[in-house]
Amino acid sequence: MMKRLLGIVPVVFGVVLLTFLLVHAVPGDPVEVMIGESASSADRMQLRADLGLDQPIYMQFWDYLNKLAHGDLGVSIHSKKPIVDLLAERLPATAKLALLALSFAILIGLPLGIIAALKVNQWPDKLANLFSLSISAMPHFWMGPMLMMVFALWLGLLPVSGMESDAAIVLPALTLGFGLAAILTRMTRASMLEVLHEDFIRSARAKGLTERAVILRHALRAALLPIVTVLGLQLGSLLAGTVITETIFSWDGIGRLLVESIEKRDYPVTQACVLVVALLYVTVNLATDIIYTKIDPRVRFAS
Amino acid sequence: MSLKHWSVWVLALWILAAIVASLVDFQPNQIHLDLILAKPSFRHLFGFDDLGRDILPRLLAGAQASLLVVALVTSITASVGIMLGLVSGYYGGWVDHTLMQMTDVFLAFPGILLAIAFAAVLGAGLSNLILALCITSWVGYARLTRAQVLSLRQRQHVMAAESLGASTPRIMLKHMLPLLAAPLLVEATYSMAGLVIAEASLSFLGLGIQAPNASWGAMLREGVRYMLIAPHYVLAVGLSLMSLVLAVNVLGDRLRDYLDVHG
Repeated sequence: MMKRLLGIVPVVFGVVLLTFLLVHAVPGDPVEVMIGESASSADRMQLRADLGLDQPIYMQFWDYLNKLAHGDLGVSIHSKKPIVDLLAERLPATAKLALLALSFAILIGLPLGIIAALKVNQWPDKLANLFSLSISAMPHFWMGPMLMMVFALWLGLLPVSGMESDAAIVLPALTLGFGLAAILTRMTRASMLEVLHEDFIRSARAKGLTERAVILRHALRAALLPIVTVLGLQLGSLLAGTVITETIFSWDGIGRLLVESIEKRDYPVTQACVLVVALLYVTVNLATDIIYTKIDPRVRFAS
Repeated sequence: MSLKHWSVWVLALWILAAIVASLVDFQPNQIHLDLILAKPSFRHLFGFDDLGRDILPRLLAGAQASLLVVALVTSITASVGIMLGLVSGYYGGWVDHTLMQMTDVFLAFPGILLAIAFAAVLGAGLSNLILALCITSWVGYARLTRAQVLSLRQRQHVMAAESLGASTPRIMLKHMLPLLAAPLLVEATYSMAGLVIAEASLSFLGLGIQAPNASWGAMLREGVRYMLIAPHYVLAVGLSLMSLVLAVNVLGDRLRDYLDVHG
């Protein structure tokens, strides 16, 4: 486990370096691009100094690292607020959305995958396959508006967008959750199919357990391990998906903050959002890895 | 006919449509002020958009742009990724270590987040869109190639070639690459479906192809705006996108089964 923890260090360093270089990928003069031509030359000098762009690049990077280590992500050019505060304001909304989406995905994907595996090559399996295939072909910016059209505009059951009522979270969470549910369905089916052929399933049946106990207690428990890993990895695509989903549903999370910062050319904020999401993702993956080794006796004893 | 069979036809149709649209000028940008958001009719199958432009020719132009981006990005990233993977897997040691560390860093950015970030700082436009997608999509090819090369190195025909004094490029290109073709083809197919979505996502956010040129992502964004009064707009674009992505994904599944690639 120590090795796994240390292995993360170069990755985190690389992530920080790459996000640092982002602002340097701006063609021409970043200051010019960010504040436009109408700004006075004093303002420009000020911004250049604030961003440290008047210094050699290695000094800039050192500075960036130094500030980062002290929890300082810089200041937004647009609102002049510390970026850490902006992120802290928005993070809970994204976390809430992602967690609900994850719950939806599990509630839809797991049962569907189990049923597909039990009725392999029969109509429930084919239906589940059609579901996961068509959902994977529906990006968030198409799924979102469709759900909005049906549930908010036609049926009038849920709010269109915004964050005023509690029910407003349902549509964006469904938009994000469906994509993950499709992947989960496929994974659960494959994993269950593998497990169902094992000897211990035959033993469980032979000793007269009910089919329900065989499936839920014996098969699902064994099949769940690879599913947990996939879920951890896919949480990343969920995080990335919040960028578009939050924009569509006017949900004030980190994803929307990122898009707003791009529109305002507030690149320090863009940079910070990308960095935070990537670091979150790395942490989730690490946690998944550790949980995995903890819950699987085979992995635990092998290492 | 099942999904499996017609998916190939759908894909062929879109490719044909894109080719035709690049040869014949259907005037996708022509404005008819009297037909703003007009509903589909027999003469104009998909109706008109918010500026009074016929949606069908714009869909074709969007398909052309999308497939052009996919083809360019795939050929660039596949070549670079495969080359890096071959070098990494064959030489091992610090070269391998450094390259894999690099791929780990790129994989730490979930989904299209990094592409969004690069497209944002590089500025909008077709070439920056392609650049942003290239920066972020070579990783899969490099990882896959490297993993395959590691196992191929132990094969007897490779060892035989080595002991006969074959040059390293010869071993890589003649003795390894042909055996890599099947898994790489499957990977490329799935990655193309991802690229169609990525291109549309970036255009949806206003980072890709710029107005007045048509792109599916930008059309979807406009369509959503007029969803209530003219649902035909968003439906036409969304269903087109979905049919293309579905067709490519099903093709990937079929190739995987046919070529017996696991993973």
